[in-house]
Amino acid sequence: MSEQKVIMGNHALSYGAVTSRVQVIAAYPITPQTQVVELLSEMCADGTLDAEFIKVESEHSAMAACIGASAAGSRAFTATSAQGLALMHEMLHWAVGARLPIVMGNINRSMAPPWTIWSEQTDSLSQRDTGWLQIYASNNQEVYDSVLIAYKVAENEKVSLPVMIILDAFFLSHTSENVTLIDQKDADKYLKPYNPKYKLDIKNPHTFGGLTGPDWYMELRYKIQKAMEDSIDVIKDAQKEFKDMFGREYGLVEPYRCEDAETILVSVATAASTAKQVIDELRDKGEKVGLLRIRFFRPFPYDEVRKYLKNSKKVIVLDRNLSPGAGGIVFQEVKSALYNEQVKPKIYGYIAGLGGRDITVDTIGKLFDDAKKSEPADIKWMEVKI
Amino acid sequence: MKYSIPQKEFLNPGHLACQGCGGALALRLVLKTLGENTILTFPACCWSVIDGPFPYSSVKVPLFHTAFETAAITAAGIKAGAKKVEKEYVNAVAWAGDGGTYDIGIQALSGAAERNDDIFYFVYDNEAYMNTGVQRSSATPKGAWTTTTPTTFPKSEFKKDLDAIVAAHNVPYQATVSVSYPEDLTKKLEKAVKVRGFKFFHILAPCPPGWKTNPEDTIKLGRMAVESGIFPLYEIENGEKYTINMPSPKKDLKPVNEYLLKQGRFRHLKEDDIKTIQEYVNKRWEKLKRLAGV
Repeated sequence: MSEQKVIMGNHALSYGAVTSRVQVIAAYPITPQTQVVELLSEMCADGTLDAEFIKVESEHSAMAACIGASAAGSRAFTATSAQGLALMHEMLHWAVGARLPIVMGNINRSMAPPWTIWSEQTDSLSQRDTGWLQIYASNNQEVYDSVLIAYKVAENEKVSLPVMIILDAFFLSHTSENVTLIDQKDADKYLKPYNPKYKLDIKNPHTFGGLTGPDWYMELRYKIQKAMEDSIDVIKDAQKEFKDMFGREYGLVEPYRCEDAETILVSVATAASTAKQVIDELRDKGEKVGLLRIRFFRPFPYDEVRKYLKNSKKVIVLDRNLSPGAGGIVFQEVKSALYNEQVKPKIYGYIAGLGGRDITVDTIGKLFDDAKKSEPADIKWMEVKI
Repeated sequence: MKYSIPQKEFLNPGHLACQGCGGALALRLVLKTLGENTILTFPACCWSVIDGPFPYSSVKVPLFHTAFETAAITAAGIKAGAKKVEKEYVNAVAWAGDGGTYDIGIQALSGAAERNDDIFYFVYDNEAYMNTGVQRSSATPKGAWTTTTPTTFPKSEFKKDLDAIVAAHNVPYQATVSVSYPEDLTKKLEKAVKVRGFKFFHILAPCPPGWKTNPEDTIKLGRMAVESGIFPLYEIENGEKYTINMPSPKKDLKPVNEYLLKQGRFRHLKEDDIKTIQEYVNKRWEKLKRLAGV
């Protein structure tokens, strides 16, 4: 029997790990992620979860432990945030190069200095080039469901890459919502035990990651890109099977009232949820507006982005992140996705909500107002006090 | 009691070690006792190269190459994973150089030692960053030449006392061993395989190109290091029970000058420098004897 529980986003991650029957957890505490691993520690201690929990001395070691555990053939999980994710950077590449299907939760938090603990996506978007699949969630049910989907995709032989599930600090991590937990027997039918083709096997010894010269390294990188491309269909299949079994539907992107829309807002995570209210209000006034929430940022859903945006007149990208010297990171990718289209919409890049500042219905309303009367620009700042 | 070295080989010929490499001999000897139920992890170190380029490998057990600072924790991760999926008991082995142990890897080492993770940690100590071409590490002895401590300004600090640092974690078993004393090494390994928890082995591994010595002198140098008390062989159980194996605590140490002057890296040393080193070795030897209660 499935069970309804009112839980915060952090605990949705923990329950997702439990329902996925993770076997090894290695984690280090950091605000606002800490509750993820606190709950998992309790569950390991009371026997709810039969997993090895390595209480490591740093996030770098957390990822290295997951890498060792996954290479040995077990299902590994960790969670972190901001500084912790940045410290892991070297090992994020390692997990990808070693083709290990680790799943990690990252609670989006702004990077220091100055010290801050509030939401912003620059931490995870800075890791976009490591080769991790990235899912940006917009509610707690999606967080929970995404853990199972993530393992299903990651462990698929065609993919064999790690997945990062990303949720906004506090807006999701500490906000309680009703979440339907999947019955374990049903979950077990959806997600089978991890049984990799290659692992550190004492009965069949192999060496992994040995010195590779220019004669083969490039082919290995090609295969990682190919796996990312192939993962699109694997994700679609995994999400279809999920819908068939559990009734909840997920896409690579989530379009909202995009049909016939002339102006479409593009965003990720919780800012996109807030935007739905603005879309409804503007639609009530007769304005042809829509929303495209990007759920998978890696692999980047080029086909879906083009399909939904190419017939619009204006695209507004809302970024709660910044690549200094360039601008919003989602903006850059959306813009480049549209470059080869014959008829292109005008595209506006807005930066808002950095350091966890609220992105309210008002903020988003102002974006639409501004785009209506101004020319497009690569970077426009919302509500800056300078 | 006489100990014999197991005949079985887990290291193939054709690896890429330099002639007279102490580190290569060390792994050969260690694998003989640990056997097939062993999974190795190497951080960046000479062995990252010695093992051979893709698609070749010189070891007959599974091996995972990992990042420089992660030997201990990668082994701990492998152990945790193997525990969940492997029916048989697995020796999870971190095999690291001195740079990956004394310097960049000491955080992960300390973490694994403190948690008493059930792994073996071996440092094959050639006393500098040899794989990158002989740069000083905190394992480099005072007075030694390296490419970052030229003879005009050789290393001014004494070698970091890593064994004491590990002992401060009260790990169940640790030992210093040498490729020049394979029976002693094998005997200690046979003891360690019965121990559950963190096992630490410090192996002195002479390095002909880095020490500027003749390849045929590797075994001799290992012996001289032990006999002079520069690298005494001992065990520590639970951070407190010290047992000295060699040299005999009842006999006088051989002077250090013969060991030092046999190596190009020390040939610039003056009499006073050698005297300072001798005094330091004597002091440490007395301290070790005190700890061992002899």
